[in-house]
This record gives sequence, structure tokens and C-alpha cells, in this order.
Amino acid sequence: MATTVEKTPQPETRQRYRPERQDGVAHVFMTPWLLGFVLITALPLFASLYLAFTDYDILSPPEFIGFENFTRMVDDDRFWSAISVTLRYVVFSVPLQLGFALLLAVLLDRGLSGLAFYRGGYYLPSLLGTSVAVAVLWRQLFGHDGLVNLALGQFGIEMDSWLQNPDTALSTLIILNVWTFGSPMVIFLAGLRQIPYDLYEAARVDGAGLLRQFFNITIPLLTPIIFFNLILQTIGAFQTFNQAYIISGGTGGPVDSTLFYTLYIYRQAFLSYDMGYASALAWVLMLAIALVTAIHFLLSRYWVFYGDD
Amino acid sequence: MTDTLVQDTQPAPATTSSTTFEWQRKRPRTLLKHAVLSLFLLVMVYPLIWMVVSSFKPGYLVLTEPGLIPSALTFDNYTEGWTALNRPFTRFFFNSTLISAGSIIGNLFSCSLAAYALARLNFRARKFYFAVTLASVMLPFHVLVIPQYVFFNEVGLVNTFYPLLLPKFLATDAFFIFLMVQFVRTIPRDLDRAAMVDGANFFRIFWDIILPLMRPALVTTTIFTFIWTWNDFFVPLIYLTSTDLYTVPLALNLLVDSESQTGVGRLFAMSLLSLVPILVVFLVAQRYLIRGIATTGLK
Repeated sequence: MATTVEKTPQPETRQRYRPERQDGVAHVFMTPWLLGFVLITALPLFASLYLAFTDYDILSPPEFIGFENFTRMVDDDRFWSAISVTLRYVVFSVPLQLGFALLLAVLLDRGLSGLAFYRGGYYLPSLLGTSVAVAVLWRQLFGHDGLVNLALGQFGIEMDSWLQNPDTALSTLIILNVWTFGSPMVIFLAGLRQIPYDLYEAARVDGAGLLRQFFNITIPLLTPIIFFNLILQTIGAFQTFNQAYIISGGTGGPVDSTLFYTLYIYRQAFLSYDMGYASALAWVLMLAIALVTAIHFLLSRYWVFYGDD
Repeated sequence: MTDTLVQDTQPAPATTSSTTFEWQRKRPRTLLKHAVLSLFLLVMVYPLIWMVVSSFKPGYLVLTEPGLIPSALTFDNYTEGWTALNRPFTRFFFNSTLISAGSIIGNLFSCSLAAYALARLNFRARKFYFAVTLASVMLPFHVLVIPQYVFFNEVGLVNTFYPLLLPKFLATDAFFIFLMVQFVRTIPRDLDRAAMVDGANFFRIFWDIILPLMRPALVTTTIFTFIWTWNDFFVPLIYLTSTDLYTVPLALNLLVDSESQTGVGRLFAMSLLSLVPILVVFLVAQRYLIRGIATTGLK
């Protein structure tokens, strides 16, 4: 880009004008963003940090209580349930979702006719997955008289409602998340396109079978994309809210088995109006996500392959 | 799988002997692959298809028929569902449309301005602003939402559309800024310079040159803003309290609460209608959607 400057007719004057800054004009263009950054992002960020150390019910002014909100968490059973539910959801649904995404991407890669059709079809659930409408559908699918039990009934298997049973309620939400493997699949497909075809050609000449090609070419060269998807989906899964809300009717039940962390924050903040505690909970969530992401980045040194090293 | 590259795309008639041989040798595997892929796709979308069929069944049949061929057909679920709440769904669709349109305009306006400055202008804080923009993409919404709510509550804007729209006009969906910056960087700077020689100022350059050329990025932004806003549940849930202002997802949630099991047909009918705009966008703009996800990881 900068090289074109030298090619323009009068290099002397151009070069002198070039370093001139456009601070004023730039800030006019940046005004909406600056306002948004200060009012909608930065101030609320500091405000919520402050509120995390207060007792605040929105009606009376916040009262500073030190670390009390954080010590309260230690004895709060629902806080630990929320952590356990969210972690189990992340640990089970993200790898399963990425596994399906990778498998389908590999199957669809390279010249299969009808690629656009399959890609569109498999992607569709991702588009709808967070909608209330699909959560409504899921309530029906896994209800007592739902489609899943009707189908199982054909094989003589009798099941109660999956959603009323604390042992199975979370798994329905995990299935819902796995069902939306289409968006990481699309990212994998784009990644697979980047792998030079010559490599497979050469491997075949050397007598490598499809499995060897997959494990020794596809997987290593795709690790940066796998890593990207892993980070993206993990961060998203930690913040799951809509589906858990609709499926449990906003309660996180039965017996807190779908009490996602964000649902617990919502209930503390907007139903109990315990905004100080809710802010503390939100900060714990943010730090947890930051920590998990940092661990992912640290571990990535051992398995993500960026080539040339 | 890789060696099926050329032949499979063209199931050519048996004219050239070598092609025929190659193709026939690989046909069983390709057919098997198509069978597996189609079957799995069917399993994936079966619940959706079943939902469509069920929405045309009388309520009592939804709970007894897992198949796709209904023994009785009715439009009652749609007509009754539309008016099942104390406001007709016309109201909720209108509200959702208004909020989506406002959000799209807001994002296009504010993000493109910021993106132009970040990609083209030479100013002191540029790198810092760009880093902050990237960092704010990572910030979980739940950390910000409580103080935001307190603020909107203080200024008396809870239970209006402003808390939903104002952030969009202030470029808080940083994802789109990033997307647009990437795009503007691909536009040749010579165009800017030529315009400047002709005496155009930065606003003219932005409006007459950059904006028209970044149309693909603007389309992607429009599509994703629409889908996110239309599906959004959390933000309307906390800010909108009177039924008059409800968006479609909030109305569906209300319908869930008020429906007994016999009304599941109506719930299905309204749920499906709520997905229609998303499906239309999907069919019309699939190309942009796929490209948007592939390049930025947007969902």
C-alpha cells in the first residue's frame, strides 16, 4: 500500500504531506464508536467491578461490603450447581459438536456433487439453534409425549419426560448444541480448501492410505482452525442462555439441572434484584472465560501446528 | 475421499472409455457417501419438518403421531395462535421488524464510520482504538448488562426500544467494525488519492468511494445483524416489560407459559412463523452467510 506513494508524481511534496496526521477528522468518524466505548462498554465495565463489592438492590444506593459477595459464593449451593451444569455442558457439547463438524467437513470436502446443498442443509440448524422457536421445538421433542419418546415407543422403550428428569435434562441441551455443528463445519470447510492438493498427491504416490492422509496431512494442517473453533465455541457455550431459559421455563430446573451460569446471573440480577451479587457472579464468569482461554492458548503450543517449525 | 475429485462432479455418459472406467470403479463409494450424507441430513432436519407438519394438525394429534403424514389437516393453529395472546402477533412482528431495521441502520452507520477511520486515516490513537475494538469483542455481555440496565433505568428508558437500539448506533457490535476494516484494507488506496487530487475531502471519499465499494461487507453486516436481532431474547427480556412492546421471541415465551399441552399446535404454528424471515434470508443470501462465517467465525 505505502509503496504506491513513492510512485506518485511529486515524491518530495507527497512525502512531506504523508506523515501529517488526521486526528481531528478521524475523531469525527470515530465519534459514535468513542461514545459507545465510553458509555456502553468502559464505564459499565468499571461500574460492574464496583458493584461486585456492594450490596445493591437498584432502589437504594449501593452499599460497599468488601469481599462479602465473593465469600457468599463459597457457601452458595446454587452457585456451585450453576458452575457444574455449565462446565459439564461445555466439556461434553463442544468436543462433540466440533467432532461432528470436522467429520462432516471432511466428508463434504473436495468435489462431492451437491456440496452447496449439503452445506446449506447442515448449516441450517446453526442459524436457528439459539432461537426461542427451536427451544420450543426441543421442549416438545423431549417432553413426556414428545417425538423422541414416540419414536422410542415404536421399539417398545418407555421413557418419562427427558426434561422433568434431572439426570437427562442437561443432555437435551447438549444435544441441541451438538445439533448446531454447521457453523464450525463451514469454517472447517474453508480451512480444508487451504490445504494444497499436492500434499495428498505426494502422499498417495508414497503409498499412504486415506486414514494416514487424514491423520498426517489433514489434521496437522487443520489444527489452527480446530483451535480457532475450539476457542469460539467454548466462549459461546459458557454464555448459553436462551435455550436453558425456555426449556426450563426460566427456572433452571428440575432441581437446578439446567441452571446455566448466565441463567443464575439473570435470576439474581433481574428477578431477585440482587445486583451486587449478580455483578460479582458476572465477574467470576468473565475471569473464568479468560482463564480457560488463556489455558487453551498455553496448551496450543503443544498441538497447534503453524507450519515452518 | 480426495481421489474422487474430478470424476464425481460429472457423472458423464459412457462415451470415453477411461472416464467410464474410473467413474464406475468409484461409483459405489460415492453413492454410499451420498446415501449416508442424505440420511444423516434427514435425521438432522426431521424435527423441523415434523414441526411444520404438526403445525397443520389438530392439537391432539401432535402428541400421538411421530410420522409426517397427518390424518387430519387444519389451519386453526395459525388463525388461533395469531390471536392467542392479548395482542395479535401483528403487533409483535411489527415490533421485531422495527427493532431489526433500526439495529441494521445503526450498525451500518456507526461501524462503517469507525471502520473507515481505523482502516484509512492516520491518527495518533489508531492502534490503541483498534486493539480496544478487538478486545471488546471478547467481553462477555453479562459483565456489562447490569450497569447498562441501571443506567437505562435511571434515565427512564426501561420499557422502550432505546436500550435495544442506542448501542447499535454507537458501534458496540465490534465484530462488524473488524469485518469492515478487513474489507476496506483491500480497496486500492489509489482511488482515495485520485479523489483527493480532485479536491474531495474525507467525508466525500468515505461516502462516494469507500462506502459503495464495501458493499459486500455491508451486506454481511446487514444479514448478521438481522439474524441476531430477530433471534435475540435476553436483551428484550430484561428491557421490555409491557406486552405492547414485545418482540416475537418474547411473545413466544409468553405463549409457552400460557399454553397447556393441547395448545402445542398453536405454539408450533407461531414458532414457525417466527422463523420464516430467518429462512428467507438464509435462502436469498446463503452465499454471504457462508462467506461471513468462513472468514470471521460469526455464528
